[in-house]
Amino acid sequence: MSGGAARHGIMARTETYLDWNATAPLRPEAAAAMSAALARCGNPSSVHRWGRAARQAVEHARSAVAALLDAPPEGVVFVSGGTEANHLALLGAGRDRVLVSAVEHDSVLRAVPEAERIPVDREGIVVPEALDRLLAADPRPALVSVMLANNETGVVQPVAEIAAIAHANGALFHCDAVQAAGKIALDASAIGADLVTLSAHKLGGPPGVGALVVTGELELTPLLRGGGQERRRRAGTENLVGIAGFAAAAIAAGEEIAVYDRVRALRNALEADVAEAASEAVVLGAAAPRLPNTSAIAMPGVTAETQVIALDLDGVMVSAGAACSSGKVVPSHVLEAMGVGPDLAGSTIRVSLGSTSSEADIAHFLRAWTALYRRCRDFSVGARAA
Amino acid sequence: MSLAPAAPLPGLEPRRPNAMPIYLDNQSSTRLDPRVLDAMLPFFTEQFGNPHSTSHAYGRIAAEAIEQARSEVAALIQADPRELVFTSGATESNNLAIKGAAHFARLYPRSGQPRDHIVTLTTEHKCVLESCLQLEREGFRVTYLPVEPTGLVALDALEAALTERTLLVSVMAAHNEIGVIQPLAEIGALCRSKGVLFHSDAAQAVGKIALDVEAMQIDLLSISGHKVYGPKGIGALYVRRRPRARLLPLIDGGGQERGLRSGTLPTPLCVGIGRAAAIAAAEMTDEAVRLRRLRDRLQTGLARRVPGLRLNGDAERRLPGNLNFCFPGIPAIKLIEACPGIAISTGSACTSASVEPSYVLRALGLSDADANTGIRIGLGRFTTPEEVDFAIDALAAGASRLAAETAMAGQGGTPI
Repeated sequence: MSGGAARHGIMARTETYLDWNATAPLRPEAAAAMSAALARCGNPSSVHRWGRAARQAVEHARSAVAALLDAPPEGVVFVSGGTEANHLALLGAGRDRVLVSAVEHDSVLRAVPEAERIPVDREGIVVPEALDRLLAADPRPALVSVMLANNETGVVQPVAEIAAIAHANGALFHCDAVQAAGKIALDASAIGADLVTLSAHKLGGPPGVGALVVTGELELTPLLRGGGQERRRRAGTENLVGIAGFAAAAIAAGEEIAVYDRVRALRNALEADVAEAASEAVVLGAAAPRLPNTSAIAMPGVTAETQVIALDLDGVMVSAGAACSSGKVVPSHVLEAMGVGPDLAGSTIRVSLGSTSSEADIAHFLRAWTALYRRCRDFSVGARAA
Repeated sequence: MSLAPAAPLPGLEPRRPNAMPIYLDNQSSTRLDPRVLDAMLPFFTEQFGNPHSTSHAYGRIAAEAIEQARSEVAALIQADPRELVFTSGATESNNLAIKGAAHFARLYPRSGQPRDHIVTLTTEHKCVLESCLQLEREGFRVTYLPVEPTGLVALDALEAALTERTLLVSVMAAHNEIGVIQPLAEIGALCRSKGVLFHSDAAQAVGKIALDVEAMQIDLLSISGHKVYGPKGIGALYVRRRPRARLLPLIDGGGQERGLRSGTLPTPLCVGIGRAAAIAAAEMTDEAVRLRRLRDRLQTGLARRVPGLRLNGDAERRLPGNLNFCFPGIPAIKLIEACPGIAISTGSACTSASVEPSYVLRALGLSDADANTGIRIGLGRFTTPEEVDFAIDALAAGASRLAAETAMAGQGGTPI
C-alpha cells in the first residue's frame, strides 16, 4: 500500500489495520475464485453456453453461501450488499408493523423510519420482556429485526430467545448477521430467524455483494423489479465475479472460524493492557457476550475524533464508530441506547481485529494509544495546575 | 497474489469441438476489458479500505479512487461528477429513477396539479415496465406508448400523451433488443418545455454513442458497468442538479451517495466502471466505425444467403454493433440450437429463458409467429472479421438446413 499511502503523506512505516468491522481484506481464496470468474463472460440469464456456465457458477455459489448458515440454497437471494438485504427484508416481508432494536445498523433503522424501537439494557442487549410486551400490545402481524452482533460494540444478542418471542406472537424475525458471519459459527436453525442478512466484504469477500437468506417458505416482495432473476425476488444481472468471491470467502470463513479463538485472546489481552495503562478507560458492552474481535474503548476526556486522527498519524487504523457515518462525527445511537452519556460516548473508538491480526498489531496499537493517553493526561493536568 | 486470468480468454482460442462458442451477445453482457481488470485489481487486494472510513489512509485512498471513477463516468455523458450516484447496476438505477421520482413527488407535491402520471414506451426494458406497474399498484397512472414499426417513438404521440399531471417520461436511449436510438434531444426539449422530468435508460447506449445530458436535456440517466466492458454489479444513475431532479432513495442507511443510495461502495467495481468509461470515451468514435463496418459485413453477407431475411428496428438510427433479424419461417430457438458455434439470443437475457415471443418485436407490429423467428446479434469490442464470417456461415447453413426440413415436413415427407 506504499504508493498510495505515500501520496497521502504517510511515510513508510508499520501500518496496523484494526478496522475489520468496516471492511476486511480480500481473502486469497476469494481472489482466486474471482480471477477465474473474471476470465469468463456471459449473462447468467442467457440460454447459450456462456450464459449457462455463468448460471452454474451462480448456483454453485448459492450453495456455498447457504452452507455458511446451514440454510437451504434456494433461500439465498444475492443482492448488492448488507444495506440492500436489510431493506429487502424489512420492506419485502409484507408486514405493516416493524419492530427494531435501538442498536441496529442505520440500514435497518432508516429502511423503516417509523419502526417501533425495542429498548436495550446497559450492555446493549435487547430486553426480551419489552419485546414481548410490545408485540402483545398490538395484534397486527409484525416483523422483528434484531442484529446478531453489533458493529460498534460487538455485543451478541440472544437471538434464539428473541426469535422464540417473535414467533410466539405470530411475528417474523429478521436477523442482520453482517458482523457476526465469519467471526462466530452460525446456524440458521439456532438463530431461528426467517430472514438473515449477510455481507461479503465483512468476511473477506469483495464489496458490492451480499445476500438475504430466506430460511422458510416466506414470499418476498421485490425491492428492485425487472428481469426475473433470483426467483423474482431481486431483478438485475447477477454480479458474477462478486458472487464467486463471496462464496469462496464464505467457505474459507467457515473453515477458519477456529482462528477467532486466537483473535479473542488477542482482543482480551489488548483490553487488559489498556486497563492497566489507564484505569479510567472503559470497554463498553464488556459484560455482555461479544464477538471475539471487537472492542469499543472509551478514553474519557479525549474526543474519538482526536484519537482516531492521532492513531492514524501513528499508523494505526481504527474508527470512531460505524464506517458509514464515520466521515461525520455524530454521537453514536448505539451507545446512547445503552445509556452511555454523551461525554463518554464521544470519546469511544472502535478497535476491530481480524483473522490475520497479530501480537505485533496489538503492541503497535497499545504504544500509540498509551502515548496519546499520556499526552492528553499531562496536558489536562497541566491545564488544571495553571 | 495475482488476479490476472492465465488462460486465453474463452472464445478466442482456435475452434475445437468443445471450445466456447463465438460470443455475439454483447447486448446481454460484455467481456471485461483487460485494461479495466488491471485498474480494478489493486482495489481488490492491497487497497481494500472502506471508502467511508476516511479517518485513515486505507479509506481515503479508496475514497479518492472512487471520486476519480465518478469523474470518468460523468465525463462520458458531459455531467458534473456530483450528479453521479453509484448503484448496483442499471436495474437498480432504473428502479431508483422511476420510483424515486414518483415517491418524491407524492411526498412533496408542488403547488397546482398533483404530478402522478408517468409516460413510457411499451418496448422499454422489463425493469422500467415493472417499476411502472408497481407504481400503478400504488395509485400512479402510467401511459405505455406504442412505438412506430421502426421501434422509434412518434414525437407527436409523446407530446399528446403529456398532461398537466405528467411527472416523468422514461424512454430508453438505445434499445437492448433492436438497437434503435431514440431522438433523445427532441424528447428532452419537449419534456423541459412541459416541466416534466426526462429519464433515459442508457444501459446500452453509454459508451457506444455520444451522449450529452446537457444538450439532450436529460434529467435522469441509467448506466450499467457490464454492458460497456466493465464489471457486473455496478451501475450509476445520473441525477441532474440544475434544475434539480429530486428523488427519494430506495435504499437508505449510512447516507452514502448524498443520501440517494446507502451501502458501502464497492471500490474495485467503481474503479472498473470508471476505467471502462474512460476507455469508451477515448475509443468510442473509432470503435463505432469499426463495428458499423463489421455489422454491415454481417448483414450483407447474411442477406445474400438467407432469402427473405428481415431486419427489425430502424436500419439507420441504431447501435453500431446491434442486429436483430427475422429468419422467415424458422423458429429462433431452433436456429440457436442449430448454431452451437456462436452465442446469440432471441432477445433480452432477462426474459430469454422464456418461450414467449419477444414483446418488443410484437410491439413493432410483428405477428407471434414472426416474432418467434427473431434473433439478436450483438457485436462488440472483441469481435473480429473472422468471427463475423464464421457467424455468417453458421447462420446461413443452419437456416438453410432448417428451411429444407420445414419444406419437407410441409410436403408430407420426413427429414432424413
